[in-house]
Amino acid sequence: MKFSEVNKPVKRVDAYEKVTGKAKFGADLFFPNMLYGKALHSKYPHAQIIKINTEKALTYPGVKAIITAEDIPNNKFGVIIQNQQVLAQEEVLYIGDGIAVVAAETKEAASEAIKLIEVEYKELPGIFDPEEAAKKDAPLIHSELEDNQVVHHRVRKGDVEKAFTQAEVILEREYTTQFVEHSYIEPEAIIAVPYEHNSLVTIYGSIQNPFSCRNAVANVLKVPLNKVRIIQNHMGGSFGGKDEVISSMAARAAVLALKTNQPVKMVNTREESILESYKRHPYKMKYKVGATKEGKLVAMEIKCIADSGAYACQTPFVTWRSVVQATGPYELPSVKTDTYGYYTNNIYTGAMRGYGSPQIVFAQESLMDELADELKMTPLELRLKNIYHNNSITASGQKLDNHQVSLEEVIAKAVKASNYIEKYIEYNKSQLGDKKRGIGMAVSFRGCSLGAEATDAAGAIVAIQRDGSILISSGLAENGEGLKTVFSQIAAEELGVDIKRINYMEVDTSVSPESGATVASRSTLLGGNAVKNAAQQIKRTITEMIADKFKVKSGDLVLRNENIYNKNNNQKIMSFDDAVDLANKLGVFLSAYGWYKAPDISWDEETGQGRPYFTYVYGCQIAEVEVDTATGQIEVLKMVAAHDVGRAINPVTLKGQIYGGIMMALGYGIMEEVEIASGYIKNTNFDEYLIPTIKDMPEIIPIIVENPDPHGPYGAKSIGEPTLELGAPAIANAVAQATGRRIRHLPLNLERVLLGHSLSKGGTKNDIL
Amino acid sequence: MKINKITVTFIVNGQEVTLKVGSKERLLDTLREQLQLTGTKEGCSVGECGACTVILDGKAVPSCLILTGQIGGSEVLTIEGLEADGKLDPLQQAFIDYHAVQCGFCTPGMLMSAKALLIHNPHPSREEIRTALEGNLCRCTGYEQIIEAIESVAKNCQ
Ligand code: FES
Ligand code: FES
Repeated sequence: MKFSEVNKPVKRVDAYEKVTGKAKFGADLFFPNMLYGKALHSKYPHAQIIKINTEKALTYPGVKAIITAEDIPNNKFGVIIQNQQVLAQEEVLYIGDGIAVVAAETKEAASEAIKLIEVEYKELPGIFDPEEAAKKDAPLIHSELEDNQVVHHRVRKGDVEKAFTQAEVILEREYTTQFVEHSYIEPEAIIAVPYEHNSLVTIYGSIQNPFSCRNAVANVLKVPLNKVRIIQNHMGGSFGGKDEVISSMAARAAVLALKTNQPVKMVNTREESILESYKRHPYKMKYKVGATKEGKLVAMEIKCIADSGAYACQTPFVTWRSVVQATGPYELPSVKTDTYGYYTNNIYTGAMRGYGSPQIVFAQESLMDELADELKMTPLELRLKNIYHNNSITASGQKLDNHQVSLEEVIAKAVKASNYIEKYIEYNKSQLGDKKRGIGMAVSFRGCSLGAEATDAAGAIVAIQRDGSILISSGLAENGEGLKTVFSQIAAEELGVDIKRINYMEVDTSVSPESGATVASRSTLLGGNAVKNAAQQIKRTITEMIADKFKVKSGDLVLRNENIYNKNNNQKIMSFDDAVDLANKLGVFLSAYGWYKAPDISWDEETGQGRPYFTYVYGCQIAEVEVDTATGQIEVLKMVAAHDVGRAINPVTLKGQIYGGIMMALGYGIMEEVEIASGYIKNTNFDEYLIPTIKDMPEIIPIIVENPDPHGPYGAKSIGEPTLELGAPAIANAVAQATGRRIRHLPLNLERVLLGHSLSKGGTKNDIL
Repeated sequence: MKINKITVTFIVNGQEVTLKVGSKERLLDTLREQLQLTGTKEGCSVGECGACTVILDGKAVPSCLILTGQIGGSEVLTIEGLEADGKLDPLQQAFIDYHAVQCGFCTPGMLMSAKALLIHNPHPSREEIRTALEGNLCRCTGYEQIIEAIESVAKNCQ
């Protein structure tokens, strides 16, 4: 198929304002008469609030208002389970819980005033380990609940017990992962403006999911959705992180704005951001795998425990993705998987790029290498014996029969580009000196879009203006990944016009069609289809109008290169501009509302059987490392990443997603950990929480594999998240080859590599077998 | 509370400004709040992220660590001053052409660090580019396309 706008490295439509400093992010907005809001956070991870005295703070010069839980019309919110407090009512449940918020004329006054708020606490014992929280007699984190369990998902396939009796080799291993901070470079920012343009409150800011934010704010204020208007600004990164924490901030700012009748701006410092915002879930994972001597997998039993922290947030859905994908892309006759989430008094955990997959992919791909070792096979051989092919049946009983299952292809391409086979042999020989090299691989399958998590549909408006310029609006929000560009390309492709005609509007919840959340790497697939659908409707309107006037068949008309042609004789009938003029004269309406609903899926909560996702993507990454065994330093030399994306709508932004995902995975694998001791967070800024810098970059080779999917626009699927889930296990496998020692705990920091255990965690030698 | 203000004169993007600033006022705040130059971003306030990078007397510095009261007579270049006479700086154009921008929050700081590098070293090696940008964090791009953008300019000005 030949395209004119898609499948091309079109330049980003929002790059100009970003390179000139003209792009306005949340913190860059100033309104007349604006106040500054500042929250007071808890002093303890778990405590009863006996008394809050705001009198002194209220007298501080410049202070206009202070709110506490008393002032919040409805203090609980949440996308899945409504148990997150906007401000702590009777108890603080984690160290980042807000207690009061001050609005003052200057930032300084707001900061000074919160120091004057007197809070009397009664400290309570906390639970900081989800396994403790799971115990029958554990104290309750949420007193209104029966226990501390947030959720339990299951997959049951075949008879696992019997299958293990037939296995010739059985391996049992435990893996753990850590709390991780999203580390978007832009800290959270919100401005709430009261009574603007017929809305009760309009909210601007760095809002990942404008519609979830609107739901939360309207709910908290107890007003209808149409009274709350959310307008998204340029987002300084999100990676899943600017959702509930932003909803809470927006709700606080809205209450203050209505109370003072003035705009209220809140911008977090980095410390506040790290202290308050949810993290990636740490997991404890027990894996048991059985195989024949020939390396055929026969059974897998998996138990994963996720720390949900103080609130439910996204835990129910995050652990659901884990349960679906926990075995990895391997054919298994018998599977028993359980994933659990438990409340603790740790910081709460939520969505982060990958969403429940980086943890299990780390475990399952480490396990595959350990099993290969046990079977005296290469990691590649073992994988090739067991991976999914077309028509394979997944652990959930889903037959993969509606798209190309391209694992073999992505593996072959990554193996070739990395010289995996030669290098694996070379690095297996004994290496002289302190510096040892290793090469490791990881593969995965990943369900596209939301799956059985929630209803999955998206809408878009394409509107041709009188002069032929075009506006697009959708409820899916640009988070920096290039969505505006991709959607503009799709509209341009369908209408046969230059992308320069198109302007993609910021999401405005009072105008844009609600499209669910910009999560789960679903934007291109869902939103792209909605844009395509709208553009096709307009195309039909235009061709019918012309067919009528020129007495030709509308089916013979094509829109291409800014013109309308008769495809039979390739004759130009008129230009796109003339067609728009004609429509203006005839009163033909050239706007359309496009809608796309994802194909049906199914899921049985009891057995975990069904069709959890309507399609999947496949990827393989290979890491080459050098470990200094004298210092424990890991240098990642090279990463090869082969990903099947269905179709690359924009190959260059797609490569950007791969580079970015790999660097984030590198941080996850060897550097990053939010250190939490008894609920207190130790590293609250980038001087202590280290993320990869330009100096940590390995050579990265992205390989884009295209097997168009019948469901995607032009066959496109997704890329944002798969890039991130493979890096850590590939690196861990490479390190294991280099050092001869397996580390089963992320991150692979200096101490773990050098000593075999983590100093900061008070770890023991048992960290490593 | 009494705040002692001091008067300070310096040059921003080629224009002389005279301002009253508090003794503890950071250059970052002066730029963003007094001069409405919001292209310079704040990401950490402790000199670690580089989002606030500006060029001060030819050197890339984190403006969150500079007190405005101490830069009298100096010359400051911010992202808003890179575009001259309606023409983008070659680095800005290269960032667009090479897809070096995703969310764009780190971009102004990255461009200022890159600009400072090229002022002193018009033909940096890949390694020199990496060293110059070490203090600029980017969570989106994985840095690769940023390096490619800067390399393209370094080659073109040979
Ligand atoms: S804000 Fe100045 S270095 Fe981060
Ligand atoms: S582009 Fe988002 S932080 Fe660099």
